[in-house]
Amino acid sequence: MAKKTVQNVLDSAQFKALVTKRAKVSTLLMIMLFVLYYGFVLLIGFNKPFMAQKIGESVTLGIPLAVAVIILAWLLTLTYVVWANAIYDPEVEKLRGQLFD
Amino acid sequence: MPPATEQAAVAIQTTLGKPTVPSIAFFLIIVAITMLITYWASKRTRSAKEFYAAGRSISAFQNGLALAGDYMSAASFLGIAGMVALKGYDGMIYAVGWLVGWPALMFLIAEPLRNLGKFTFADVVAYRLKQTPVRIASAVGGILTVLFYTIAQMVGSGSLIKLMFGLPYEVAEIMVGVIMLGYVLFGGMLATTWVQIIKAVLLLSGVSVLMLIVMSKFNFDPGALYTAVAGQYGQAALEPGGLISNPIDAVSLGLALMFGLLGLPHILQRFFTVPNAKAARVSVLYASGFIGYFYIIIPIVGFGASALIGREVIAQIDKGGNMAAPLLAEFVGGTPFLGFIAAVAFATILAVVAGLTLAAASAFSHDIYVHVIKHGKATEKEEVRASRIATVIFGVFAVLLGILFKGQNVAFMVGLAFAIACSANFPALTLSIFWKRFTTAGAVSSILTGAFLAVGLIIISPTVWEDVLGNPKGSALFALKNPAIVSMTASFVVGWLVSLMTREKPAEQMFEDEKLRTYLGVGAE
Repeated sequence: MAKKTVQNVLDSAQFKALVTKRAKVSTLLMIMLFVLYYGFVLLIGFNKPFMAQKIGESVTLGIPLAVAVIILAWLLTLTYVVWANAIYDPEVEKLRGQLFD
Repeated sequence: MPPATEQAAVAIQTTLGKPTVPSIAFFLIIVAITMLITYWASKRTRSAKEFYAAGRSISAFQNGLALAGDYMSAASFLGIAGMVALKGYDGMIYAVGWLVGWPALMFLIAEPLRNLGKFTFADVVAYRLKQTPVRIASAVGGILTVLFYTIAQMVGSGSLIKLMFGLPYEVAEIMVGVIMLGYVLFGGMLATTWVQIIKAVLLLSGVSVLMLIVMSKFNFDPGALYTAVAGQYGQAALEPGGLISNPIDAVSLGLALMFGLLGLPHILQRFFTVPNAKAARVSVLYASGFIGYFYIIIPIVGFGASALIGREVIAQIDKGGNMAAPLLAEFVGGTPFLGFIAAVAFATILAVVAGLTLAAASAFSHDIYVHVIKHGKATEKEEVRASRIATVIFGVFAVLLGILFKGQNVAFMVGLAFAIACSANFPALTLSIFWKRFTTAGAVSSILTGAFLAVGLIIISPTVWEDVLGNPKGSALFALKNPAIVSMTASFVVGWLVSLMTREKPAEQMFEDEKLRTYLGVGAE
């Protein structure tokens, strides 16, 4: 495998687009995670009555919200895996293919 | 309140603290099975790759379970259940914080870590930088993190085993040390992985059964459980209390929990046990699923304990509430179920300490011995021998430190471990993967700044200065309980500034070349 081919792949628009795309997806998901978790923490910090309001006989809004933060955080993880399996991996395969033939 | 205590003492009779036939039987079964696995693993643990990384033969699902087993400590199992039982909703806030690092680990470093690394996270930090200084600094950050984490685990385990089995503290420490050393020394990463998998399965199923029995007492209506809690302890049990009184403190703790995970050497090392980046990615999904499920059901166990057993009884047996889950197990399932849960808690401690010991030994042997002392020119045999010697040394230290810190308030040490992890290890790791201009001087200064600031600021924080050292309230020089917001930021800023002041052309050139490995996995181990 000639070094030039490696350089060609590194310089290719396709590879650069892939790197940018991964950065964009992970940054976006990271921002969503921040909003989700620190939103929850700061809501407790600044607006306790909101979290303490009853939504049933005695269940407070804070209880389902805490469970929701965990579930949504996991769904963000799932989103990344689905994206990476469906879009990232095939492009990686394509680029690797160019490198080795 | 003596009347309440007397009443409580009448209300429940427990075999907790006495070795019972079921608890010893379950314990012996777990030890027997794990020792058989260790024997099997020992025949497959000869090369360095097998010792540190189980020959990269672990599947994504297995690694997901093992990650969960490595992460869910006795502190989170018994501690969060107890915190919810005694303090109510605040314990739930804490539970949420323990999960949110996992998605961050996935988005930022799981795949590049697997592609760039070999055996330790220092492999990745040092990949294109000067080996000796970066390896030494990374090993300092890594070993400090593991050391504080281990002390917290060992001290916690000694008291827990004493509470559950009635064994003397020192005997418990030595037992944990000897059994754990057996796993790591002979079975390396393969045995450690299977111990963690077995523990995760036992813990998840044990807590699930406990949760289901609790729910059956309330006709599977969560509302009824919460109404019972509110009926006994007032609506306040279901509302946020004093945990987040200072939002800056809360955000700082949140940063430490979230990014600390990305700097825990024993967790990062697990990513080198899977065959490729895709398996690493999928294993995080499994791990976060198991861990998320665990932190959703643990509060139900805690609330159930406060409704069915009562806070007085729980606090009477252990002030911190650590025995809430075992007491509940006995209440709903009798002595056999208590025995099972106690044995599971013991297995939990063993699995976590084994993972920590392996991580510390790897930092000593792979980073310091092979790369610093032997300049990367050690034979396979020498490396494996060094790692086994390091395992024994660290294991003996863990037991001695556990005994030395007996009776000390070490709750802050897990926080300290996370603070060092997110301040010393995480910034250097991330900058090394993503920033072209990162230099050797930048890495070393970032790691040292993070490590020393995290330790220093915790010492002068209210947690240690007032609560541990006994200085008067309000005398702490640093106001935050967790320093992450300051120490992690400083570590990034110092790493960035020092890198800008120094220039390392070869490192920049290698950054371009390593992209192929980072993103496509070309040339990955």
